[in-house]
Formats: sequence, structure tokens, C-alpha cells
Amino acid sequence: MSKFKKGGKRPTGSISTASLPDIVFMLLFFFMVATVLRTEDEKVQVTRPEASELYKIEKKHLIRYINIGTPMDKRYGSEPVIQLNDQFSQAVEVQDWILKERQTLSESEQSKMWVSLKVDQETKMGIVTSVKQELRQASALKVLYSATSRARTGTEE
Amino acid sequence: MARRELQEINAGSMADIAFLLLIFWLVTTTIESDMGIKRQLPPPVPPDIDVPQAKEQNVFNVKVNFLDMLLVEGQPLDIQELKNKTKSFLIATGDGVMTHQIGTEEIGKNRDVILITGANGKTNAAFPEREWVRKSDVKMKIAEYEQIVLIAEEKNKDAFRKVLKSWQEKLTTINLLGGDYKQLPASALISMQNDNNTTYNTYLQVQNELQSAVNELRDELALSKFGVSYRELEEVYGKNKQDKTTLEKITAVRALYPQRISEAEPRDAGATYY
Repeated sequence: MSKFKKGGKRPTGSISTASLPDIVFMLLFFFMVATVLRTEDEKVQVTRPEASELYKIEKKHLIRYINIGTPMDKRYGSEPVIQLNDQFSQAVEVQDWILKERQTLSESEQSKMWVSLKVDQETKMGIVTSVKQELRQASALKVLYSATSRARTGTEE
Repeated sequence: MARRELQEINAGSMADIAFLLLIFWLVTTTIESDMGIKRQLPPPVPPDIDVPQAKEQNVFNVKVNFLDMLLVEGQPLDIQELKNKTKSFLIATGDGVMTHQIGTEEIGKNRDVILITGANGKTNAAFPEREWVRKSDVKMKIAEYEQIVLIAEEKNKDAFRKVLKSWQEKLTTINLLGGDYKQLPASALISMQNDNNTTYNTYLQVQNELQSAVNELRDELALSKFGVSYRELEEVYGKNKQDKTTLEKITAVRALYPQRISEAEPRDAGATYY
């Protein structure tokens, strides 16, 4: 046993932390690359409704967003407005917008485009219906009514 | 001047700086989780075409008015009861029987009977008549279409192959379910109509309940037949699109409970003031 104790008093050198910054930077870069940043800022106030039957779209680059809600900036009034990309728009502009957005996808994926409607829960359906009609006219038929998750109501079993 | 010896900069705090950056990044970025209710809008209808009306008993009408109140099959209803009523519509057969058979087995047993009274006052008017899909008939059709594909002209072959394939799918469905089954008529659908002044939240809750009814019935069937919920089947298939057996199971469940939730053409304001 004494074999092991022989050089007992050797001073233990502290572990070099010189490579720690490199590791952390690597983590940082990983996160920076992996997270998809929203390029547009939200100009309308949207509180999404809650729902239980949610579906998640895996391929995020196929999704285009339409926000509908009251403007964040009160100078633009308190009536719900439509936000396409970065600006307030009219319902009639949706068709052109869809055509433009479709061009940003590769040809094979153009038919797979999803439109996610982020609509404030207090909005009246009139404006939503008009947007939906425009989407139909533009043949953008796949829509996702964006919602936050909750449990199913009153299951009978 | 005295030459001072060049000192090495202490890199020990570098890690702290990097950590600070990392944490800042983690806090400020919100990972976008976009989930929602999936819907397929109907294609645009040319203005000069009359949309054929389905039989009244084949359509489950849900209307929402400007006060966010529901009118289901001509009667006011609380949204909590909507799911069960929708299930009744999907399960029932035309004669008001709340079950339908797969082979000799009965689906939908031990369920409270919710009679649906139609807008015309007739009880059970809202039950669509399910049609039998029998093994012997399906086999005959398959044999028939195999012949047709053989003798058809080259340009028509693909169309006939599609029909043949749909009949073959029905046969696998029968085999998977373990017996003949009853399918909903092609025109059966859940129709939703809302007013321009309905709030979006109510609209979405109604959509959610309708979807929930379909999903729960599918889950129930998939669990009893295949031991896994329908949702899991879809997830498995989503990960591996080559998975034929899972796809067949999904098709089988869908054959019994098709998802046909349609939104009626919007009406002018005032048209839905009932």
C-alpha cells in the first residue's frame, strides 16, 4: 500500500482554464447558428387563442405569417389591421403578397407553402374572412390558425 | 526609458465574457414554436357555378352568430356539448342507431344516445346514412378494374389505376379492421358558418371542438384496433414515409372517420342574424 503514498506531497497543478473561452464560444456560435431569428418585428398586438388540437409544421421555411390585431402603436388607431412582413396592409394586397412569397421558395416546394394566421383572439371574423377569401383566390389553401396549447375539454372517457 | 517586460494578458476572464454573451443570447432569442389548427381552405369557386347542395341529413350544420352563440342543427347549443354532438353525427347510422358495425363487432357501444333534431323538426334528421363496404363487393370491383386497366387505352390507364388503388385500399382496410365496415356517404360533412362579428376566439374554439371530436374518435378506434393512438400512428409515419403498414393503418382509421370540416361561403352581414 505504501507504494502509492510515496510521492504524496507533490503539488497539484491547477487545471488550465485557457480553453474554457473556446468551449463557451463554441456553444455561443452553435446557438447563434441554430436559432432562427425573426427578421420582422411584430407591429400588431396578438394574443393567440388557446386550443387543444394543435399541429406543428416541421419545415419552418415553408411557413409565411399573416398577423392580424390592433396596432402596437396607438397612433395607428385601435381597429384591427393586417400585417404582412413588416408593414400594415389591406386585405386586397394579400394576393400579391402570396405570389411574391411563393417566388422565394424553390419550385418543388411552392405548392407546399403554409400560411400561418396569427390573429388576436378579440378580433372580429370579418377581417379574417376577407383575408381567407383572398388566400383562396391566390390558391394558398393550406392555413394554420396559430394558437397556444391547452388540454382537451371534457373528455367523456 | 526602462524597458518593461511585456506581460501576458490574463485570459481567465475571457470565459466570463463569453458566458455573458451566451446567456444574453439565450435570454433574448425566443425559439419560435408555431403551432395551430391545420385547415385546408376550399379552392375558389367561379361565381357562375352553383354549388350542389348535399342532402340535409348528411350535413352537420354549425352556425355561430354575432353574439358568439351557437346554433347546431337548428338548435341553440352550449359549446361544451358541441364535441359530443359532433361525435354522434360521425358515429350514428341513418336510422338513428348510435352504433355501426365492423363485421360482427359494434363500434360506439355504451355511448349515451344524443338525439339530434334537425332544423325541420324531425328527430335523427341529421344522421347520415352509412353505406356498407363489403369484402365480396370490393373484391369484385378489384377484379373488374384490373381487367379495365389491362384493356384501357394508354392515356386512360393512370386514371383507372387510381380507382383500382382506392379499391385495393378498401380491401386492406377491411382486412386490418377485421370485417366489413360502413362508410360515411361521400357528401357527409360538417359545415361551419360564422358571422362577420363573431370573435376569432369563439371561431377557433368551435373549430377546435370539431377537430377534437374527429381526433378522439380516431384515437379510440386506433387504440382498440392497433393498440396505439391515431396521433402516434401519424407521428410514426411522419418520421418514416416508407412505412407502408403504418400508412395502411392510418388509411383504415380515416376510412371510418373522415375529416370533412368545411366552411360555408361567407354571407353578407345580416344574413346570419337568426
